[in-house]
Amino acid sequence: MDLSTSYLGLKLRSPLMSGASPLADDMDMVRRLEDSGAGAIVMHSLFEEQITGEKLATIYHMELYSDSYSEALNYFPRSEEFAMGPDQYLEHLRKVKQAVAIPVIASLNGSTPGGWTDYAKQMEQAGADALELNTYTVATDAQESGNAVENRTLEVIRAVIDAVSIPVAVKISPFYSSLANFVYQLEDKGIDGLVLFNRFYQPDIDIELLEVKPTLKLSDSSELLLRLRWLAILSRQISPSLACSGGVHTGRDAIKAIMTGADGVQVVSALLRHGPEYLLKLREEMVSWMEENCYSNLREMRGSMGLARCPDPQAFERANYMRTLHSWGAT
Amino acid sequence: MNNAVMATMDANEAVASIAYRSSEVIAIYPITPSSPMGEFSDEWASQNKKNLWGNVPSITEMQSEGGAAGAVHGALQAGSLATTFTASQGLLLMIPNMYKIAGELTPFVMHVTARTLATHALSIFGDHSDVMACRQTGFAMLCSASVQEAHDMALISHAATLRSRVPFLHFFDGFRTSHEVAKIQVMDDAILRQLIDESAIKAHRERALTPDAPKLRGTAQNPDAFFQAREACNGFYTACPQAVKDAMAKFAQITGRKYELFQYVGSPDAERIIVIMGSGAETVDQTVQRMQERYGEKLGVLKVRLFRPWSNQDFVKALPKNVRKIAVLDRTKEPGSIGEPLYQDIVTALREARDTGLLAGEPVVVGGRYGLSSKEFTPSMVKAVFDNLKNATPKNHFTIGIMDDVTHTSLDYDPDLNMESDDVVKAVFFGLGADGTVGANKNSIKIIGEETDNFAQGYFVYDSKKSGAITISHLRFGPRPIRSAYLITKANFVASHQFNFLEKYDVLDYAAPGATFLLNSPFGKDEVWDQLPREVQQYIVEKKLKFYVIDAYKVAKDTGMGGRINTIMQTCFFAISGVLPREEAITQIKKAIQKTYGKKGKEIVEKNFAAVDHTLAHLFEVQVPGKVTSSIKMPPIVSDEAPDFVKKVSALMLANKGDLLPVSAFPVDGTWPLATTQWEKRNIATEIPVWDSSICIQCNKCAMVCPHAAIRAKVYPGESLAGAPETFKSNDYKAPDFKGSKFTIQVAPEDCTGCKLCVAVCPAKDKSNPKHKALDMAPQMPLRQPEKENYRFFLNLPEVDRTAVRLDVKGTQFLQPLFEYSGACSGCGETPYVKLLTQLFGDRAIISNATGCSSIYGGNLPTTPYCTNKDGRGPAWANSLFEDNAEFGLGFRLAINSHKEISTALLKGLAPQIGENLVREILESKQDDEASIAAQRKRIEALRLKLKSIQTADARILEQLADYLVRKSVWILGGDGWAYDIGYGGLDHVLASGHDVNVLVLDTEVYSNTGGQQSKSTPMGASAKFAAAGKSMPKKDLGLMAMAYGNVYVARIAFGAKDVQTVKAFTEAESYRGPSLIIAYSHCIAHGYDLGFGLEQQRLAVESGYWPLYRYDPRRAGVDQSPLQIDSNPPKARLAEFVKNETRFRMVERQDPERFRRLLAESDTHAARRLALYQELAKPLSVGNGGNGASKEN
Repeated sequence: MDLSTSYLGLKLRSPLMSGASPLADDMDMVRRLEDSGAGAIVMHSLFEEQITGEKLATIYHMELYSDSYSEALNYFPRSEEFAMGPDQYLEHLRKVKQAVAIPVIASLNGSTPGGWTDYAKQMEQAGADALELNTYTVATDAQESGNAVENRTLEVIRAVIDAVSIPVAVKISPFYSSLANFVYQLEDKGIDGLVLFNRFYQPDIDIELLEVKPTLKLSDSSELLLRLRWLAILSRQISPSLACSGGVHTGRDAIKAIMTGADGVQVVSALLRHGPEYLLKLREEMVSWMEENCYSNLREMRGSMGLARCPDPQAFERANYMRTLHSWGAT
Repeated sequence: MNNAVMATMDANEAVASIAYRSSEVIAIYPITPSSPMGEFSDEWASQNKKNLWGNVPSITEMQSEGGAAGAVHGALQAGSLATTFTASQGLLLMIPNMYKIAGELTPFVMHVTARTLATHALSIFGDHSDVMACRQTGFAMLCSASVQEAHDMALISHAATLRSRVPFLHFFDGFRTSHEVAKIQVMDDAILRQLIDESAIKAHRERALTPDAPKLRGTAQNPDAFFQAREACNGFYTACPQAVKDAMAKFAQITGRKYELFQYVGSPDAERIIVIMGSGAETVDQTVQRMQERYGEKLGVLKVRLFRPWSNQDFVKALPKNVRKIAVLDRTKEPGSIGEPLYQDIVTALREARDTGLLAGEPVVVGGRYGLSSKEFTPSMVKAVFDNLKNATPKNHFTIGIMDDVTHTSLDYDPDLNMESDDVVKAVFFGLGADGTVGANKNSIKIIGEETDNFAQGYFVYDSKKSGAITISHLRFGPRPIRSAYLITKANFVASHQFNFLEKYDVLDYAAPGATFLLNSPFGKDEVWDQLPREVQQYIVEKKLKFYVIDAYKVAKDTGMGGRINTIMQTCFFAISGVLPREEAITQIKKAIQKTYGKKGKEIVEKNFAAVDHTLAHLFEVQVPGKVTSSIKMPPIVSDEAPDFVKKVSALMLANKGDLLPVSAFPVDGTWPLATTQWEKRNIATEIPVWDSSICIQCNKCAMVCPHAAIRAKVYPGESLAGAPETFKSNDYKAPDFKGSKFTIQVAPEDCTGCKLCVAVCPAKDKSNPKHKALDMAPQMPLRQPEKENYRFFLNLPEVDRTAVRLDVKGTQFLQPLFEYSGACSGCGETPYVKLLTQLFGDRAIISNATGCSSIYGGNLPTTPYCTNKDGRGPAWANSLFEDNAEFGLGFRLAINSHKEISTALLKGLAPQIGENLVREILESKQDDEASIAAQRKRIEALRLKLKSIQTADARILEQLADYLVRKSVWILGGDGWAYDIGYGGLDHVLASGHDVNVLVLDTEVYSNTGGQQSKSTPMGASAKFAAAGKSMPKKDLGLMAMAYGNVYVARIAFGAKDVQTVKAFTEAESYRGPSLIIAYSHCIAHGYDLGFGLEQQRLAVESGYWPLYRYDPRRAGVDQSPLQIDSNPPKARLAEFVKNETRFRMVERQDPERFRRLLAESDTHAARRLALYQELAKPLSVGNGGNGASKEN
């Protein structure tokens, strides 16, 4: 069965790839992902805060007590090998590239313009086949308009695209007043791909301790629906590659993503839960479904259920909302 | 010919660089001030730097210096080239092996930063008392006087030992040379290779023990053989000086630097000379020249380089022909001797020279002591020594540099005499440890030393405190090598990097007339004048100083530098000192920034660049008015209410003027008064906690966690509130135990260090605004005055009735801490335990304290934190050594037992006169709680009354010893370096003894005091010095080892995770009448995070299963339960959550993420396995569990 696809101009043997996560932090895991048929590997995100904040903090803590006390001029070994943040990331990226033949996509996460975008270039130099730029941001400033937030994000994206010659995909959240318009602007900036969507890690609160608790909840298939709708809407309107990220847990889920227009399918939660070999199962499920339903490759189904081609396009728009509400009422 | 390049470094680095390259095996153990040599070696090895033979030397940290000496001895016997580094007590521990190494004629060099030996007190500073204790071992002793010499002599000793087979002790002055940063010519491998004789190495290897050509050494010899065999080595000692001379000659040929065994400098026809060793020789050298120029006096200095083996021929040859009077200066003291060692040698040498015809006449010789414990030794002192020689009968056995008003040994000198040349730029910088001043100055020295033709020297004086510590940097720059081995007193440039120093220290006393003064000031050029104390204005006007200000903290904030003002102040220095053209200086500063931070990230470099660029626009010259206008007076150093001793002695030391104190000011035996920290109001916190009584739940956790006893709780009767200051806060006490009482949490505003632990632990949140808690931090300045009065009022409130307090977390915090305001780090994780100990048992505790952090914050002058209660009772405290602490503490117990036995016998004997009832009650008292101890004290009072009327000798003895009938609590305190490593043998023995002692191990998991070297307590996966790549072995399980005895009470605690268990462990351990061991998790600056999160990290350590809590109580055995009780819940957090917050772990992850993950996974498994083992041990045995603790005391 031919599961090959083209994503960001890269030829992938399978649309299934491991999404941005700690999965690729371990070399053994990286090799297992490749052995399990991953089409590509997306590395974990290097955060803007990591590049600037944490680095400053570590140096601060190492230097804070140095040269203050006669018995101890410092408290840590002065190791030349001690790489800070990005250097370590780049080193790991190099190792991953050496270890596998499939494309490796590096990931940067940031939302304010600044020196950290230079690391895109360094990721390219370290061998990344493409970049995924995550623009995760929570707009909290009441003084900043939606327009200003979008412009800021676009500026960051511009800076990264200008810095590198490898393809750049942008991972966005679904929360924009006009997502389609924003995506249109992204396309205008020259992005090569779009990843739908960021998952927000929403903190919980502890009502006894009166504290905010960071929580990490893995996704399930219910999160797929939001992605499907927007894949369907956007796939007819824009030319950059599309990847679905969030909610793919079965072979059928993956097929839905492709039918709504995805070129690639990123999986994280399922792999964190079941291990990299779960990719084999997903692939198997896809293949047997395709065989049963007489598909011989992905081209035949890609975008078949997108807005342009599906038999009931309104269903993805407002009508679907009404229908869902009604069905709630009926039960 | 000369391959040398110039570089700036301190002698530790300069020596280590030679030793490392000339060795194959290096065994080390940290001890100040030699530790950096081991650290450099370890770092170079971890960077795969090679020795002369293309190999990376093997570096091994041992459990003690004794261990290091044993390890090198073995390595030498097995044919390796070995070295080690040490000082002071460490050197003493090596002496047994030194005899062996020398007796076996083994080529070997040890490098020693000469340091004071502990006598009436410990001192980390420099003198020759340690090396002089080795002159009888058979080692050759070669002395260096400067950083350059130390680099050179290191090589000469490695060369000479191979040729002579006599092992070498190469030494240089601790701190003055070891820590002085200077510009020197460094030698490359090619030079080293020319000096190191490969054929001698071959010969050394041929002598190695190997089963392929077996030899036997270390026989036991008898009267028939030993003497002759001992004399068989003589020829090697006779030949050794020539081997050194040969090495020096070859060295001179290669480098151009000429050394002699005894080097004479000065007028060839000098009649008066000084004989001296070490850095003082540099000062004498400089002074001789200056006195010749200034006074036309013909003088000289004979520098002793090879002290052992003594070559009398070379000594006599070096003497100037007309010498008539010689002053021999020793940097050591040998009480009761006829004179100090160098003096005795010179007298003997001259006598022998005359007897053997080497010398015609015999000059007058006098000896004197100077410079003990890095006491300043200056040109004016040198002049006084020469002047003494002018007398017809010069004073002998004198001291110089102090005022001895007791036995009148001291020579007078003129402290204001300036002998420095005018073309040397002298700069003094006052900074805070945390503001990076020293680092910036080291950088400046590098810039000037390496980028210009100037020579440079830097010496740094540090505080005795670990929090809010002041640093004073002394920098010299000049066209010639700088020989001034003493501090600057008349500087061309003085900088105060903190505004408030002007109120505390006599900063401008250091300024020469016409000097430049740079001040970091929150006040601008137009406002600053009116904010200066009168005394400061006076200096500025009278000395006609040029005065500049900058608000460095503002520039730092604006440029994202946080609190680090180092780059900014450095830029100011270059901008106004004129040492370099301004533009060039800025280029060089930026180059240095790039070099330091380039690898660590562009952002940091950019921020520093921005700081440099912003600085000049904010630097202003102040137009100095012609007269003094200020009404602000420098406040007194200590309050007028302080005891006389504090006012007369401690205050001078606090003002940095301790050098002025005469001998008579000091106790004769090192005994020192308690409770003196209370007079040192340090005011180092910028923010202090503020109490909101309305939401406080009165849990007292804040007081429990405070490392400095600077936030306290009291419960007291309402009527005591009469006369309370207006802002004094009080609330009704909520619990039933002291019903109707009032309650106050009070901060000591001037003693708080601002660590925020109290705020972190405070559980009481304002329900409608959880951001606000019962304790919030607020700026100290506006609170200082009112809270100071409140605190004074608080201290005078009645103390709680100890017998009525429940000994839980809350109750213990009503007990008066008898350990307060120590110099420990802000947020220290050890001191809360020590404080708790004193609250619970302080009034009857005697503490033996191992050397380390706890002995430093416990007893480093100028002030002492252990204090007394209103009855005058409090902890008796002493520090013996590092290695013998458990034994020392056991000695306390043995003495107390003996006193008790004697008094019991006397009591029984005198029972008819005293009264049988009282005697029986005294002897039968259980003394197992506060109430029964209080009752016993009452009985002893009654006993004393009775004894008054009994006129026998026994009654008098019993009067003296009666207090021993009240139970004493013996505590043995120390860190993990002591308990796990150097003191483990002794600790093990003491635990096995069954005696009633309590051991508290303050476990920071590294040697904290000496700068974070790994101990056997260091966890797997953490980076520490000597384990830069992350420790690969798991932490030693000291608790389990102690439990194996079965009769030792063992507890593992972490007050930040479970304070209830901490308190319980202390009370149980103390009540157990056998040996007890408490292992206390102590967060530490060497873990690398903001210690405000210390409690959170403790909690994670426990919740992740890394630090399980337990109590093993032998009393529980045999009653159908196990002695072991696990007090922490099964792990619910991941180990990764705990380690990710600490730099010590993150460093390893950064260096090698895969290795880190592997180590972390192994640690995880190890923790799980250990917990499973504990769980197994915690199960009750159906057949009983052995004895119930065979304790010797009841």
